[in-house]
Amino acid sequence: MIRIRGLRKQLGQKRVLDGVDLDIPTGKTVVVIGRSGTGKSVLLKHIIGLMRPDAGTIEVDGQPVVGLRERELNEVRKRFGLLFQGAALFDSLTVGENVALPLREHTRFTGEQIEQRVAERLEWVGLKDIEDMKPASLSGGMRKRVGLARAIAMDPAYILYDEPTTGLDPIMADVINRLIRSLQQRTGVTGVVVTHDMGSAYHVGDELAMLHEGRVVFTGTPDEARQTRDPLVRQFIEGSSEGPIKPL
Amino acid sequence: MTDLTLRGYEYLRQQVLEAIAEVGRIFLMVLETLRSLGRGLRAGGLIVDQMNAIGVQSLMLVFIVSLFTGAVAAVQAAYQFSNVVPLKFLGSVILRSVIIELGPVLTALIVGGRVGASIAAELGTMRVTEQIDALEAMAINPVRYLVVPRVVAAIVMLPVLTVLSDAIGVMGGYVVAVTSIGVSTHTYVTGLKQFFFTKDLMSGLIKSLFFGGIIGWMGCYYGFRTEGGAEGVGVATTRAVVASCVLVLISDYVLANVLFRFIFAS
Repeated sequence: MIRIRGLRKQLGQKRVLDGVDLDIPTGKTVVVIGRSGTGKSVLLKHIIGLMRPDAGTIEVDGQPVVGLRERELNEVRKRFGLLFQGAALFDSLTVGENVALPLREHTRFTGEQIEQRVAERLEWVGLKDIEDMKPASLSGGMRKRVGLARAIAMDPAYILYDEPTTGLDPIMADVINRLIRSLQQRTGVTGVVVTHDMGSAYHVGDELAMLHEGRVVFTGTPDEARQTRDPLVRQFIEGSSEGPIKPL
Repeated sequence: MTDLTLRGYEYLRQQVLEAIAEVGRIFLMVLETLRSLGRGLRAGGLIVDQMNAIGVQSLMLVFIVSLFTGAVAAVQAAYQFSNVVPLKFLGSVILRSVIIELGPVLTALIVGGRVGASIAAELGTMRVTEQIDALEAMAINPVRYLVVPRVVAAIVMLPVLTVLSDAIGVMGGYVVAVTSIGVSTHTYVTGLKQFFFTKDLMSGLIKSLFFGGIIGWMGCYYGFRTEGGAEGVGVATTRAVVASCVLVLISDYVLANVLFRFIFAS
């Protein structure tokens, strides 16, 4: 369970988060939707402690994470997997070394155990025998999947997805959506997905939360989102340039 | 005061404050490096990789630069000696100027250009592609994983490169002395031996330890602070090289005072 209350963050002159309240129940996948630049990624970075808020609290399983020292924060981080928008693979390492890195750093696994785990997680994301390739020679969809394999290497309780389908072709986007779903069913992992791809949001989300002007303006199931009369949400999910939200 | 002087004053104030903040942030990174040193040193493989990238890969460059440094030192010394100082001192002058000053400083400047730029560009690219965030998100301290190996490798390899540079520089001087100035091998070598002091060599090597630290930390610091995509990486690279070269020369002056006035003063 992740509980976020009154989260505020100002970057430069812009109030990116202006009092965000959000609950992410254990075992569910919550999709945070909203326009580009509304602070969705910033919100993710706060949850995992890459950014510190100006005000507000975040609790993970009842433990407050804001203001933790690095050592304590790292213990919390070990329960998380984070899939970056650009996958953020280490390009000096091979695919196998990328997936193995958290295991080498944080477990006492033998080389053989690590190899097995790496092969298994790559297989989960539908990749085989690419351990020795360098990230630079992979396609965008493959990179994302390797990034996902790395995020789940340590059996995290939470996975955070930053725009998992952005920049992928529709077929690869569907592959990723199915992966997110199947991971949740297989491991019962709690997920937070940040996206502006409504197809993906409906597909993977147990709950949707819409972020607008630094606040959560809507929470509900995908069905509730489809039926809502809230003009902000209607405009966003229908993808219209006319309505209360002004295109910049 | 006119509006313009006020604006000028305000600009100056901002610049000074920013400079002070920058020094503070650099010290914080140095402290963080020292704090993570213990765990960082256990990752021997990472350090060896960096020693290769920083040291072995710089050999050819250091070789060429040192050879010509020694050569030009011979030409200049012979010119300044003419009719004033006997040429039997040629070897002594080349040796001492190379091991005290030219070897350590020129090695630091060219390695600072080559290695400082490559560290800043690599870490800067890692920063803008979120690879450094990814390390942190995986509960891996990026200073321990990225900065410690680079700084340690730079501090170890700079003295090694400097010893090489000293030797090649003296040889470069020898080649010119024998082939175009007309000094015999015997005269040159006697000159070398006559005024060789171990403390001169040591002072150069001690300086190069500091230069190594400067190069490693500047590359890492500006790499870590990169923002704004490809342009940002370019800015970071430039800053890292400029900062290491300037700091090498400033610290050279400070260290020269400390070493020759206090530690090796006799």
